[in-house]
Amino acid sequence: MRASWWKILTIALLAYTLTAGLLLDVPRLPILNETIRALHFHVTMWFGMIIMLVVAVVYSVKFLRSNDLKHDDLAIEFTNAAILFGVLGIVTGMLWAKFTWGDYWSGDPKQNASAIGLLMYFAYLVLRNSLTDVHQRARIGAVYSIFAFAAFIPLIFVLPRLTDSLHPGNGGNPGFNAYDLDSKLRLVFYPAIIGWTLLGTWISSVRVRLRRAERKIEDKLINQVS
Amino acid sequence: MHQQIRTLIIKEFTLEWRQKYALNGILLYVVSAVFIVYLSVGAKQGNIAVPTWNALYWIIILFSAVNAVAKSFVQEHQGRQLYYYMIASPEAVIISKILYNSILTLVLALLGYLVFSIILGNPVQDQGLFVLNLLLGAIGFSACLTMVSGIASKASNNATLMAILSFPVIIPILLMAIRVSKNAIDGLDWSVSVDKLITLLAINAIVAVTAYILFPYLWRS
Repeated sequence: MRASWWKILTIALLAYTLTAGLLLDVPRLPILNETIRALHFHVTMWFGMIIMLVVAVVYSVKFLRSNDLKHDDLAIEFTNAAILFGVLGIVTGMLWAKFTWGDYWSGDPKQNASAIGLLMYFAYLVLRNSLTDVHQRARIGAVYSIFAFAAFIPLIFVLPRLTDSLHPGNGGNPGFNAYDLDSKLRLVFYPAIIGWTLLGTWISSVRVRLRRAERKIEDKLINQVS
Repeated sequence: MHQQIRTLIIKEFTLEWRQKYALNGILLYVVSAVFIVYLSVGAKQGNIAVPTWNALYWIIILFSAVNAVAKSFVQEHQGRQLYYYMIASPEAVIISKILYNSILTLVLALLGYLVFSIILGNPVQDQGLFVLNLLLGAIGFSACLTMVSGIASKASNNATLMAILSFPVIIPILLMAIRVSKNAIDGLDWSVSVDKLITLLAINAIVAVTAYILFPYLWRS
């Protein structure tokens, strides 16, 4: 019970996000209207994705330093969860863009950058699966994961800021701060970030345990034969 | 360290010179790619719009660079790799390969530029900026592709992996280079491009430093 307090917190935060995010009063603005609620379900996905990618990179570094497969389990599963969040982020973003910008895909620099970022991490999965030896897979996967992250950061944080973007806060569009005069959105936004990130952590921790259990069973089978 | 790097670069040049077919192959690759583009767009000299010229040029350079650099770790077989591993530090190996590949990519880019100018016309107004941008782009491409070819050489199914691993990573470099090159073609003042050049340089530095730090781990496996 004591170890599962954060799971209860996750459920509470997400229940709060869903109810408050959908029912609470929001600033009424032209064009955006009710779609401003996407803030709690779209923007938070990217926050969650970045946080989990940072965790994955930290564990990749730890793996390279220690050569302990335990760290690799965490690195791959956090990346998997980050990819899931990234895909959801793109899909929710496209839905939102349909209602505000008029098209599912309008070639916005941030949209393009996040699509490229996802390509990077899909390539990471292909790379891992093309290697058969477990240790080599972990080592080379960790190397590519760190390398891709180093390229991902300028891609998503620097380049879109050099050109005009349709996103709020870019290219003369008023940012999130301008919409949020009475800080009412923040009341849901920050808990939503924590809630979604915790959900990602939960998913990864379950999958890590599954992975370790599978390895244990495999090891047992191999040892039985020999 | 300097001694090692110098020796390894000389080794790369000698190797390339002795296997001239590889070098000639990649040079021919650039020329035929440009020719295919020329025939496909059906453009006469100077008929092609500037953004299209620019985009086609960089796409050809990208693909030739991927093909040229892809062989940098597979051309020498496992035994010789082991030999280098014993006599040289991994840092020296990656630096020498990046430098050598930068020169190779720059040569390819200049050759592509020459053929492009002859066949499709040369709209570039600011040659100095264009060539400087080529140099920065070549360094960035080579740093990124050398590292990725090192990663891909460890796995089977090399050619596909090389492409899917390198393209997303190389896109920031490519985008910046295309933007600066557009400015150079239009002959805009240098002050317009300075911040973009600095960004390009910074991205190059990030990629090169990451490759430098990570390569020893890759090399050991």
